[in-house]
Order: sequence, then C-alpha cells, then structure tokens
Amino acid sequence: MSQAWIYTVVYFAWLIGAACFVLGLHLMNSPATGRNGNRLSASGMILAVGGTFVWLLLQPGGISGISLAIIVIGFLLGGGAGLYTARTVQMTAMPQLVSLFNAVGGGAAALVAIDDFIKLATGDVAADLSTTIFVVLGVLFGSVTFTGSLIAGGKLQGLIPGKPIVVPGGQIVTIAVAAVALIGTLVLVLGAAGVFALSSTVTLLVLALIVAAGLIFGITMVLPIGGADMPVVISLLNALTGTAAAMAGFVIGNPVLIIAGALVGASGTILTNLMATAMNRSVLNILAGGFGTGDSTAGAAVAGAGGSVREISADDAAIQLAYAQSVIIVPGYGLAVAQAQHQVRELAELLEAKGVDVKYAIHPVAGRMPGHMNVLLAEANVPYPQLKEMDEINPDFERADVALVVGANDVTNPAARNPGSPVSGMPILDVDHAKSIIVIKRSMGRGYAGIDNELYSNPKTGMLFADAKEGLQALTAAVKAV
Amino acid sequence: MSTDLLNALALFVLAILVGFEVISKVPATLHTPLMSGANSIHGIVLVGAMLIAAEADNPLSYLLAFVAMTFGAMNVVGGYVVTDRMLQMFRKKAPAKPAASSESTEGQA
Repeated sequence: MSQAWIYTVVYFAWLIGAACFVLGLHLMNSPATGRNGNRLSASGMILAVGGTFVWLLLQPGGISGISLAIIVIGFLLGGGAGLYTARTVQMTAMPQLVSLFNAVGGGAAALVAIDDFIKLATGDVAADLSTTIFVVLGVLFGSVTFTGSLIAGGKLQGLIPGKPIVVPGGQIVTIAVAAVALIGTLVLVLGAAGVFALSSTVTLLVLALIVAAGLIFGITMVLPIGGADMPVVISLLNALTGTAAAMAGFVIGNPVLIIAGALVGASGTILTNLMATAMNRSVLNILAGGFGTGDSTAGAAVAGAGGSVREISADDAAIQLAYAQSVIIVPGYGLAVAQAQHQVRELAELLEAKGVDVKYAIHPVAGRMPGHMNVLLAEANVPYPQLKEMDEINPDFERADVALVVGANDVTNPAARNPGSPVSGMPILDVDHAKSIIVIKRSMGRGYAGIDNELYSNPKTGMLFADAKEGLQALTAAVKAV
Repeated sequence: MSTDLLNALALFVLAILVGFEVISKVPATLHTPLMSGANSIHGIVLVGAMLIAAEADNPLSYLLAFVAMTFGAMNVVGGYVVTDRMLQMFRKKAPAKPAASSESTEGQA
C-alpha cells in the first residue's frame, strides 16, 4: 500500500468521526435519542483515534519504541483513571467531575501546542506568522481552562469556598496577567512577522511567560465567582477548551481537531448563553463577579418586609400531605447537596399509595447545574412523566393542596415578580399559589442571591427546619404512622 | 496564507456554524448531559497528543507528549462514560436494570 493511499483512508476516518460528533450532538437534543447520540459520538472518537493509531504504525520506518510506549501507557493510564472515576462518582458530584475532565482536556490542548512551538522555535525552519498565532492562542486558551476548570471543580466539591473570594487588588492582578499574556502574544507574533529578530531562547521564555499568565488568569478569573454560577463558568471554559483544540488542529494541520474543536466552541457558547438566561444572568455579569455588593441595598429593603415565620412539626406536615389530593414537590440545590433524591422518591411513592397525586416541579436551574435535578431524580427511579418543567407546572400550583419545597430558595422567591430586588425578573416557580406550603430547610439562611425569601413569612407556609435527607425521612416515617 | 491554511479556515468557520445550529433547540433538562457530551468531544485533542508523541525525540518532548496523552485519554474515556451514565437515567420506562449495565455498583436505595 502506498503512503498516500493510507493517508486517504485515515483522512476519511477523521471525517467520518467528525460527522459522528455532529450527528451525535444533534441526537442528544432529545431525552429519547440522547444515549444513542452519545454512543454515536463515542464511535466517531474510536474511529478517529484508532485510525490515527493505525496510521502511525504504518508510517515508513515505523514508530519508535519510546513513542509507542508513550502512546499506549499514557492512554491506559489516563483512560483507566477516567473510566474509574466516571463509573464510581456519585451523581451528585458529577458536575465537578465534568469540570475535571474539561481541565485535563484544556491541559492536553495546551501541551500539544507548547510541544509544537518548541519544535518551531528550535527547528531550522522559522515559524511563519499564522502558525505562531494559532500556537499562542492554543497555549493561552488551554492554560486558562486548565486552572479555571480546576478551581471551578474545587468550588463545587467544597475544596475551595463556594462564595465569591475577593482578594484586595485581585482585579488588578487579573488585568496585569491579561496584559502580560497580550504583550507576550504580540511580541511573538511580531517576531514571527519579521519585525524584529528573536533568538529561540527569548521566544521560549516569552512562551513560558504566556503559559504562566494563562494559568494565573484562570485562577483569578474564577475565584471571585460564586459557587452557584459555576455551571455557567464550566460551560464557558468547555467552549474555550474546544477552541483550544481547534487551534491545536490548525497547528498540526489536522481536520478532525479543527471540526470537533470548532463544534464544541460554538455549541458550548450557545449552551453557556442558555444556562445564563435560565438564571436571569448575563455571562458578562457573572464574569464580573458575584451577586451581592452592588445589589445589597436593594436586597436589604426587600428583606425588611419579612414578617414572622411559622414552624411546623414533621407530624403536622405529614397529616397535611397524607390528606391532600395533589402535592407538588419542589426539589432544589439543598436536596442535591444532601443527596436526598432517594428519600424524596420514597416519600412520593408512599403518598401515591395513599391516593395522592404527586408531581415534581423542576426549575431549569435546580440542582448544581441546569438539568442536574432531572438526572438526580431519574437516578432515584422517579418516573420521567412526573417531572414537570416550570412553564408546564406553574398553572397547576393553584390547584395543588400542598407544595413541598425541599432545599429550594431563590427559585421560589415571589420577590422576583417585583422590581427592585436582586432576583427581579428571574423566572420562578409559583409555589405561593398553592393552598398550603411546607418548606424543608436547614435554617433561615439566605439563598445564593443573599436576600430573604418572602415565601417563608407567607401565612400559608410552614417551615420544617431539617437537613433535606433527615427532614424527608422524618416526614416519611410520620406519613406511615398517619 | 497557504491554500492548506485557507482550507482549514473554511472548515473552522463551517464547523462553528454547524455548532450553533445543532444545539439551538435543547430542553433545559438536557443541558448538563449535553455539556458533558461536548466536553468529551474536545477530547479529540488526544489525536493531537498521539501525533506529537510519534514525533517526539527528546526528553522534554517525551514528557509533554506523555502528559498530553494521559490528560487527553482521561478526558475522552471519562467524558463518554459519565455522559452515558447521565443519559441512561432518561430511559422512558424503567424495567429491571439491564444485566450488562455498568451500574451494578449503584444502590437502588
């Protein structure tokens, strides 16, 4: 077989792989076909990676033993680690795992670009302008997503405090490193354009500076952002990693990297916007830093309107639930954190056995990521038709006898309907329209928006102060006894 | 600019347009799996890692290629498996757990 012929076959494998990614992503737009879509995408990946491997083996002169060892051992090591963590992770911890995978993907893209740059800088052939631009962008994006995603994952995991961390002068540092990265990029690009001559040592030093600036920028960009905004940040970094992969594709002249990277870059950007819209935030707003600070005066004004709060015992709540005709359960972030999805399903099944009509109202951003709550409840075997999206369930609250709020806060706050509050305009669940309301919550602590929830002082509301898991267990026991 | 580069740019622009189109009509329910699925796709950088590994000829290159291979493989394998686990939850009916499932460690509580 001639070399050109083999390359043609491998090129087709890359193109088919890229087509599988597009079709796979498209199938993932619906729950019914989602799994097949992901598998199609995975098949494309196997084809692209496998094709590349065969191609390398068939190179004239073969592949060196060390290179082969690097490929095989590296794959087994990284793949094994990925397989193990992906299989064993608790579904509640899944967002931070995705963030970790994003981090290593960005890291890999940066390393590929760095390696290529070193080859160019130390080689005999001078780097041309366009290659330099793509390499530097790949290095920069990859470094930023590497540290940025690690910090985002750390915040979700609780290794780093979730609240916005504002270091005095932090913004100056962010601007300074951004400036360093920009100036470094400019120097390298001008050097490649032949405006001035750079020795290879200087070029490599400048590149090291850019890598360092990218790594620091990733940290200082994510640290001041609150934990509840992390999904949007991860999605944004995901899009950035895609772009970094595309840049690496330009450098090594590989079509599948360019297509797949651009695909993820574009779709990730759309997804980031969708997520931010669901939280009534703009992406710029999120990147500029947490809620609070500027809005705190408005928040205090609303909080002042709060009245007294009525506490309810598990037994009283159980009687209300057991004798209701229809109950709507509103699960939130607190349920996800307490990992109480199985307990909520148990209670719901018990109530259904007593003839109560039970539905779940899922706010688009309930849980730790948009759509996360659906995954958690599906994991607990809650029938999919019982999960109602916000627009579908909101008219039903008026007819519901009891709305049971488990660990949800800001997404139920009626203050969102009035102007002048930090949550104004955010789409909310009309929980206050239900005939009576039971809220399971650990304390009167505020939600992410940092304001009091008028729902809790509503005369129809009874507060059951407990951890989501314990509260649900107590309720289940009490309902059994009714 | 070379023809190769211009062709690559055309590919890049078209793929961006496809990316915008392919994801515009997704229910919020699927945002998380979709993000995770897109996350595994950029693991394609693994192909780049293999190519630099094949050309590596000095200790620094060996090291860079090795770490890039490990990172890329983790991104690809872990990303697809965790996305599959998420999407498995969206089955229409929930009969007994499939026998060949990787979920045997997950309790049914």
